[in-house]
Amino acid sequence: MTFRFFSILLLLLSLVACKNNAHITSSPSRITGKRISIDKTIPANSEIEAFIKPYAIHLNNTLDSTLAFNPSNLSKSDGKLNTALGNMMADLVMEQANPIFSSRTGNKIDMVLLNKGGIRSGIGKGAVTSRTGFQLMPFENEIVVVQISGEKMLEMISYLEEAKTAHPISGLELKVDKDFKTISANIQGESIKPEKTYFVATSDYLQQGGDNMVFLKNPINLYKIDYKLRNAIIDHFKKVDTLKASIDNRYIQIP
Amino acid sequence: MKRRNFIQQTAATGAFIGLGGLSLSFSEKAKKHITILHTNDVHSHIEPLGPNDPRNPNMGGVARRATLVEQIRAENPNTLLLDAGDIFQGTPYFNFYGGELEFKLMSKLKYDAATLGNHDFDNGLSGLLSQMPHAEFDFISSNYDFSNTILNGQTSPFKTFMKDGVKIGVFGVGVELKGLVNESLYKETKYLDPVEIATEMTRILKQEQKCDLVICLSHLGYEYKNESKISDVLLATQTKDIDLIIGGHTHTFLDKPTILKNLEGKKVLVNQVGCYGLYLGRIDFYLDHENKIDSSGVSIGI
Repeated sequence: MTFRFFSILLLLLSLVACKNNAHITSSPSRITGKRISIDKTIPANSEIEAFIKPYAIHLNNTLDSTLAFNPSNLSKSDGKLNTALGNMMADLVMEQANPIFSSRTGNKIDMVLLNKGGIRSGIGKGAVTSRTGFQLMPFENEIVVVQISGEKMLEMISYLEEAKTAHPISGLELKVDKDFKTISANIQGESIKPEKTYFVATSDYLQQGGDNMVFLKNPINLYKIDYKLRNAIIDHFKKVDTLKASIDNRYIQIP
Repeated sequence: MKRRNFIQQTAATGAFIGLGGLSLSFSEKAKKHITILHTNDVHSHIEPLGPNDPRNPNMGGVARRATLVEQIRAENPNTLLLDAGDIFQGTPYFNFYGGELEFKLMSKLKYDAATLGNHDFDNGLSGLLSQMPHAEFDFISSNYDFSNTILNGQTSPFKTFMKDGVKIGVFGVGVELKGLVNESLYKETKYLDPVEIATEMTRILKQEQKCDLVICLSHLGYEYKNESKISDVLLATQTKDIDLIIGGHTHTFLDKPTILKNLEGKKVLVNQVGCYGLYLGRIDFYLDHENKIDSSGVSIGI
């Protein structure tokens, strides 16, 4: 079968070759181009495979060793204005970043704001590993802290009124009415004062205007704490035995 | 046996091209044949995608690419293997090893050169510099001025390769880093206008270096909705003396090269093979005894 195919191919080749010869005399050159699929019909080069193997083993051992246990499936879509997964993410940023920020500046982070779209996967019930951290946050984004005015904070509240979605927050408590208009917005239990300034932890992506969060751009001060969001997640997993994540009253709608 | 398998694959994936190419190697031995193989935006994809990948299950993988490249080199030793950037970032291999494995594997596959993509700056200039000793191939970058950075002297604005008496010039253009990469990562790297630089590079390669073929490795992106934003398509039409632009950045899956007309009305090929090492691009140049490919009359079988 294979051989027959090859013979037919050769026959075809000789025919085409004759035709092309005539063509070539008038045109001195030719270019051909195509793409070749790298799929399972191409056998793997065993030397290359052997070279990769120790790297893969180390990587997989590290990625798949259990760091914590997750008692229930977590998804960023379970909940309307706050979700168990989003709350855990925002809270862990507060918990992991605040000590670093405080030791460097003497100030305290007032609140954390992330974006719902930045949570790139859910967490299944069962073992939680470093790989879980990579799945939640595959990008290299870092935690940054901005110092912004109370007025900018009110812009943030307007932004959230418009977004009508569960952007993860920590340190901020929001109550909105049936039309998503704000009833109360409290930072650490106190209402936002336009004349005050606030320290907001977020990702460098959002700080630079990602997801249209323009109120984070051009802050009074920008503090880089050299801490990747993913590393904060993984450090949190290492710290706890069991993930504690639940929907609460931090951001709710009162009908 | 292997070779026969390969011919079948070639025939299956692009019958006309395969036949055309082979016919010449049988019947026109005196003619020169240069093969250019290329990848872009491999993004640390060392292993094939998993069986559950929603779009391209079981595709890609460096070990398979090695087999394919080896087969093609056995068929035509006058082959160059090039990469158009974004070698880094995309799987934990990068996060764990910082690009070491990517560079070591590309060296084992005997890549001849690569240009830099925006993600190759993801661990900063120092992160890139520290991995460069693992790369046994050249980094070609013409429009990033690294002279005020630690990368000064680590890249070349162009390179020439001699294959079967054919002189091939390669230069490289990268995308504007501002707004795309955190400034703390690229520091004082200066971005120079790609069209101006390409004009200068082609003058050097064509007139001073007397290259027979000129290839531009580009990480500008194939084409943009904002039509004034510089792209491979624009670069092709606003320059001359480029035979082939090998692109990246936009993860554009072209099943065959695009043919455009340059400033002088001559044909330029632009190719890009998506991302993640799912495909290998292949361009074959057949040159006459004077190493000419007269682009105005050239027949491009794609």
